[in-house]
Amino acid sequence: MSQTATPGAGGQAVLREAEHHFDYTGRKLGMWLFLFTELLLFGGLFIAYAIYRHVNFADFHVAAKDLDLVLGTINTVILLTSSLTMALSITAMQKGNRKLAVWLVVLTVLCGLAFLFIKYFEWTAKISHGIYPASPELMKLPPGEVRFFGLYYAMTGLHGLHVLIGMILLIVMAVVIARKPSRVHSFRPDDADETMAGARPAIVDGDGKPLWKGGIIDENVEQVSVVVRLKPGPHTIQPSDYVSLENAGLYWHLVDIIWIFLFPLFYLIT
Amino acid sequence: MAVDVAGRSQGLPDYLNHRAAYSGILSWVLSTDHKRIGVMYLVSQLTFFLVGVALGFVMRLEMLTPGPTVISNPAVYNAIFTVHGVIMIFLFVIPGLIASFGNFFLPIMIGAKDVAFPFLNLLSWWLFMIGAFVAIASLFTGGLPDTGWTFYVPYSIQTNTNTTLALFGVFILGFSSILTGLNFVTTVHQMRAPGMRWGRMPLFVWAIYATSWIQILATPILGITLLLVMLERVLGIGVFDPARGGDPVLYQHLFWIYSHPAVYIMILPAMGAISEIIPTFARRTIFGYKFIAGSSLAIALFGSLVWAHHMFTAGIGERAAVIFSLLTFLVAVPSAIKVFNWVSTLYRGSIELRPPMLFALAFIFLFSIGGFTGLMQGALALDIHLHDTYFVVAHFHYVMFGGTGFALFGALHYWFPKMFGRMYNEKIATIAWALMFVGFNVLYFTMLLMGWLGMPRRYYDYLPQYQTWHVVATVGSWILIAGVLLMVGNLLVALKRGEKAPDNPWGGVTPEWSTTSPPPLENFEKAPTFSGGPYDFPTEVAR
Repeated sequence: MSQTATPGAGGQAVLREAEHHFDYTGRKLGMWLFLFTELLLFGGLFIAYAIYRHVNFADFHVAAKDLDLVLGTINTVILLTSSLTMALSITAMQKGNRKLAVWLVVLTVLCGLAFLFIKYFEWTAKISHGIYPASPELMKLPPGEVRFFGLYYAMTGLHGLHVLIGMILLIVMAVVIARKPSRVHSFRPDDADETMAGARPAIVDGDGKPLWKGGIIDENVEQVSVVVRLKPGPHTIQPSDYVSLENAGLYWHLVDIIWIFLFPLFYLIT
Repeated sequence: MAVDVAGRSQGLPDYLNHRAAYSGILSWVLSTDHKRIGVMYLVSQLTFFLVGVALGFVMRLEMLTPGPTVISNPAVYNAIFTVHGVIMIFLFVIPGLIASFGNFFLPIMIGAKDVAFPFLNLLSWWLFMIGAFVAIASLFTGGLPDTGWTFYVPYSIQTNTNTTLALFGVFILGFSSILTGLNFVTTVHQMRAPGMRWGRMPLFVWAIYATSWIQILATPILGITLLLVMLERVLGIGVFDPARGGDPVLYQHLFWIYSHPAVYIMILPAMGAISEIIPTFARRTIFGYKFIAGSSLAIALFGSLVWAHHMFTAGIGERAAVIFSLLTFLVAVPSAIKVFNWVSTLYRGSIELRPPMLFALAFIFLFSIGGFTGLMQGALALDIHLHDTYFVVAHFHYVMFGGTGFALFGALHYWFPKMFGRMYNEKIATIAWALMFVGFNVLYFTMLLMGWLGMPRRYYDYLPQYQTWHVVATVGSWILIAGVLLMVGNLLVALKRGEKAPDNPWGGVTPEWSTTSPPPLENFEKAPTFSGGPYDFPTEVAR
């Protein structure tokens, strides 16, 4: 009996595997169903927009001139860039490059922050001009323009809320990836209890040099097993390591694509 | 259906006695076991139901005589019908059979250990309770609610009562409903046991599956609509408020785009349960399995396209009205397919009239009346006469109470032994059923007639010429409530002192009857495999 207990030395890999019942397709399916509900949530607003724009075509045209096309365009570019960094982050993670993945997620969050920052200035500029829901200034305008700005605030507001939720989700994901202890494997040699009594466990490298030595296994020790923590790397990455990031990415792309529709409908109809 | 649960030995503790991570009440409210969550839904729903019944009782009592009877302030009457509607709709029939029995039996019926996302499932229940709490709290703070359960604008924007909070409560309830639907669709797609093909799923599973899709696709529309009303009240964004350029009819469209499919959220799982009960007590395989399963999906599809029939008198275009009227007639076809199939299943079966079957038969009768009166209102000319009368109220109660309610009680009597491992007194259950059936028809058929004669809904007072009808209806409500209380009491006694139930007391063949009563934590001792159709009765029983 040697004094080493190396992973895979005749034991069974058992227990405590988080991915034991892991269902990759199920997790993705659940997320896609959730995205459907988000689309329909905004769908109600898009229906209202469609009807009111049909009724007040000219008023919408006039009101849209009040929006700042430059800031809107910058925001569109920022969000599109953030979708790129998001997609790159997922690819990095799938290839096992955790560090890069974390940085790309952080970059995505910063893009979201910049977007909200600009949106904040757009809103405050409007509000300081007296254009906000039910303001006396707004009420003097024709009903079509009142509807336009009502929808503008409701739709960009709800979208902004989604950006915020997406950012929180991504910050959580960054922490999860950065700290990922990932999979834990536990090995238990079959005959450990009898044969290893009195022995001293150690981890040795390829030349037999000890890297680590443990205490003597005496009668106080009830069970001998080897627990291995596998960090996801290029060779050990598995779908369970990145499915949450993929789902967060799907959510972020949804937020992006809704903006892709909001931008022309509000800024480009002049 | 042949279920192979190899090596079953009755060894495992059942889910009620399983040693959980927590004890006492925490072992329930923190449990991710779909069975415990199902039971929690059932208990909360039935509690809300009894509150709603109490409010209905007061309402009927008030209508006993013209003028004030027991309520001196008409605003209180408005509050009572609003609260009755909100509780019964959002806290009883929308979660209905899907949240309670769906949670409990969907995984068992497809041979799974749990739903796809157990934690999300628990979250749904918590959201349900939080939403219920917020909605009910709103009713007792900031004045009596008076909008009715439909929250129609512009009144819901103008009234000074605490409508914003009530809307927020319903918004949270919507989240709960969406997450449950998402969970169940994923479960059906991903978790079916070996041999459980789509064509072998029990019809209750098909109904739950179709309903889940409606929950996913329709509820978000309600969410955004209520959110807009909230924004309208708080900020005045002018989307629905005509004073600010908005269109109140748009609200009605958006509201019914959800709320009409929502009635199918309520009725489809009920139909699923009936499709389980009838073959078991007729000892015959279900007639037209594929048609019943397909009609669930057809109802889910057509039911999403008929919403404007609630608005025939609201000023929608003539052409739109004709189209929606036609679609309304079409949606009756899949419902009728189901009724014909159930009746054909009974033909030449060896029918056993035990309590679950009695409820199922009552369902077919009451639902048919509800369905036909619905078609009458779907006819454009007749609807002008019937709109906003007691006829509508009675129709709705025939479908929702006579339909979903009776099916839920039938399902409760059918699955009670499986869920709790106890039998109830069948004689008392039969008496309770009879009281409910008689009381129900005395109450609501009278209301149908009253509505035909022009009695408007939601009125606190009425002309003396209607009094005889009102007295009859109120007496009916007493008989009905006596039946409900007797039924609840009977089941509560059974819970404590009922005889121990065998694993398969009714001779059912669907998967849930092949495990123990109550089932163990992971539903089956060994992972089951399935073969054969879902309603294949052994031939010697069938003849």
